[in-house]
Amino acid sequence: MAEQKIPLWEVFIRSRNGLAHKHVGSLHAADATMALQAARDVYTRRGEGLSLWVVPSAAIVASDPSDKEVMFEPTASKIYRHPTFYEVPDDVGHM
Amino acid sequence: MYTQALNAKDAVVPVAGPEEAARAERFQARIDAEERIEPNDWMPEAYRRTLTRQISQHAHSEIVGMLPEGNWITRAPSLKRKAALLAKVQDEAGHGLYLYAAAETLGSSREELVDQLLAGRAKYSSIFNYPTLTWADIGAIGWLVDGAAIMNQIPLCRCSYGPYARAMIRVCKEESFHQRQGYEIMLTLCRGTPEQKAMAQDALDRWWWPCLMMFGPPDSESQHSDQSTRWKIKRFSNDELRQKFVDATVPQGRHLGLTFPDPDLAYDEAAGHWRFGAIDWEEFRQVLAGNGPCNRQRMTQRRDAHAAGAWVREAAMAHAEKRARRARAVPEAA
Amino acid sequence: MPTTSISPAATPLLTCVLRRADDALILGHRLSEWCGHAPMLEEDIALANIALDCVGQARSLYDYAAVVDGGGLTEDDFAYRREAGAFRNCLLVEQPNGDFAATIVRQVLFSAFIDPYFRALAASADATLAAVAAKAEKETAYHLRHSAEWLIRLGDGTQESRARAQAALDELWPYTGELFEVDDAEAAVIAAGIAPDPRGLAAAYDATLEAVLGQATLTRPAGAWMQTGGRLGRHSEHLGFILADLQYLQRAHPGATW
Repeated sequence: MAEQKIPLWEVFIRSRNGLAHKHVGSLHAADATMALQAARDVYTRRGEGLSLWVVPSAAIVASDPSDKEVMFEPTASKIYRHPTFYEVPDDVGHM
Repeated sequence: MYTQALNAKDAVVPVAGPEEAARAERFQARIDAEERIEPNDWMPEAYRRTLTRQISQHAHSEIVGMLPEGNWITRAPSLKRKAALLAKVQDEAGHGLYLYAAAETLGSSREELVDQLLAGRAKYSSIFNYPTLTWADIGAIGWLVDGAAIMNQIPLCRCSYGPYARAMIRVCKEESFHQRQGYEIMLTLCRGTPEQKAMAQDALDRWWWPCLMMFGPPDSESQHSDQSTRWKIKRFSNDELRQKFVDATVPQGRHLGLTFPDPDLAYDEAAGHWRFGAIDWEEFRQVLAGNGPCNRQRMTQRRDAHAAGAWVREAAMAHAEKRARRARAVPEAA
Repeated sequence: MPTTSISPAATPLLTCVLRRADDALILGHRLSEWCGHAPMLEEDIALANIALDCVGQARSLYDYAAVVDGGGLTEDDFAYRREAGAFRNCLLVEQPNGDFAATIVRQVLFSAFIDPYFRALAASADATLAAVAAKAEKETAYHLRHSAEWLIRLGDGTQESRARAQAALDELWPYTGELFEVDDAEAAVIAAGIAPDPRGLAAAYDATLEAVLGQATLTRPAGAWMQTGGRLGRHSEHLGFILADLQYLQRAHPGATW
């Protein structure tokens, strides 16, 4: 009963021109063509998209959640990267 | 549903002792703060197990649920109904697919989960072990079974586990037409010939009590509820959801001019709820234990489909390997 | 009485419309039988999509048949109130699903014909047919792509899948001749610029199959004998059973609304 496992793919859809592809879900497919067709059949049944990407799940490299502090906290103190850090008098108008 | 190849079992080894307790405490604090848990995050093994069980049961229910309704696709009485029913049952395949994917993020492969179902080690919703005997059953399933499912699923959109919550959001969005198409079938039958109206009444008579059982055992007997509530997997108790369903459904049934098969059903003005009679929990236990009218038939159909498709899945994998081999060979030859 | 089966007067245009409509309905019906039983979940959804396209095409064409007939009939009258002998679909689409290979071969053999047919029909002198065909062609192009990819996988997959695919091809091949038949009714709509001449599509059909079968490492059957009859209402035994399912409720409750 040791059936060979069919690989997992991640599906990304561009819903409208001008928008980025967004992750919508996963599916199983033996090859890339099958994955693309399955993505079309499974994830665009209600007009959800104009363009599809499928990526083998195994190809994705993800950051480690336990690295969260090291990876993402140092940015919190760099408030000078945000426009609200700088003072401009109101009468100067919108800048 | 998430960015990991999860066909393989994950290698997390639970650490016993104070460190484990501290982690569990931090985990609970995140849940209490309404943070979502994501696949790569640390989680207690029991949380992982509970969710894997619940999500895979949910997926199995969608897949087994295709069978009773699928019965009527070829017999749907108009082309409009045929298209709607086929699209609905197809949606259920999609929902099963989303849910298996969500369960896979917890470290079990779809193949393993399906094997559990086919080997009889996994449960699925008791409701799909009842037969669909007439076309009105398709109306009743849409109206009542999908109605009950929505009651259950809407709170799950806020479940603490991110992939499950996201799958449920998609499912709920797609399912919004299911209950309406069911109710419309019932409405058409109730406005039709006396035979059609009798068909609708008979369907309500047969499906009403099993639908109330869909919410699971009464709170006094529910095994998993307390911990699931603390983990924010479950937001309402079985009895709360059941009451909500009855309150929403009884006026809809009266609008159809149908009678609920419960002499004790009465409106409690003071409480603002419909009070209903005693549920036959022995029937529920028997159906869960495999003794419902269709348990064996449903499992046989699933096993047959799985076995009949084995050579196809094998061929697809064999061909993919051949293609990959050829693609590797080409640059060398060039 | 609504129980009575209808038998609309067979003008060439109505015959032509019903042949296309019946092909779509019966193939859609067959594909819908897979729902819940496909080899994998993804394919369950894919087959249902093809079935839904087919049922949709049938509905548009029956709608137009009702207009052409002019007798106040509806799409459902055509689907639910004709006897098997009044159906004009080709024999290929009513053949049983068999194993997955038979379903895929049937789909390839039909889609490789109907896709170029609809593409040509999109230039019809009949504006309604042209519009229906233009919409349908996008669907059938995908059906062909999807089923051809599968046939290649099965043919060039394992020994077992190859044997099954070849057996299905041998079994269904004799039903392909009918796709290209032209009788008086067909000749009349061709002459009027309403429908394309299927004989003109034969070379493209052969080329498509040659390419697909080649990649699938399958052998095109040599037999030249072709089955016929569906276009005139002489069907295989299978159609009666399909209609027994399809029409049962409408027949059991004459005149009821669903």
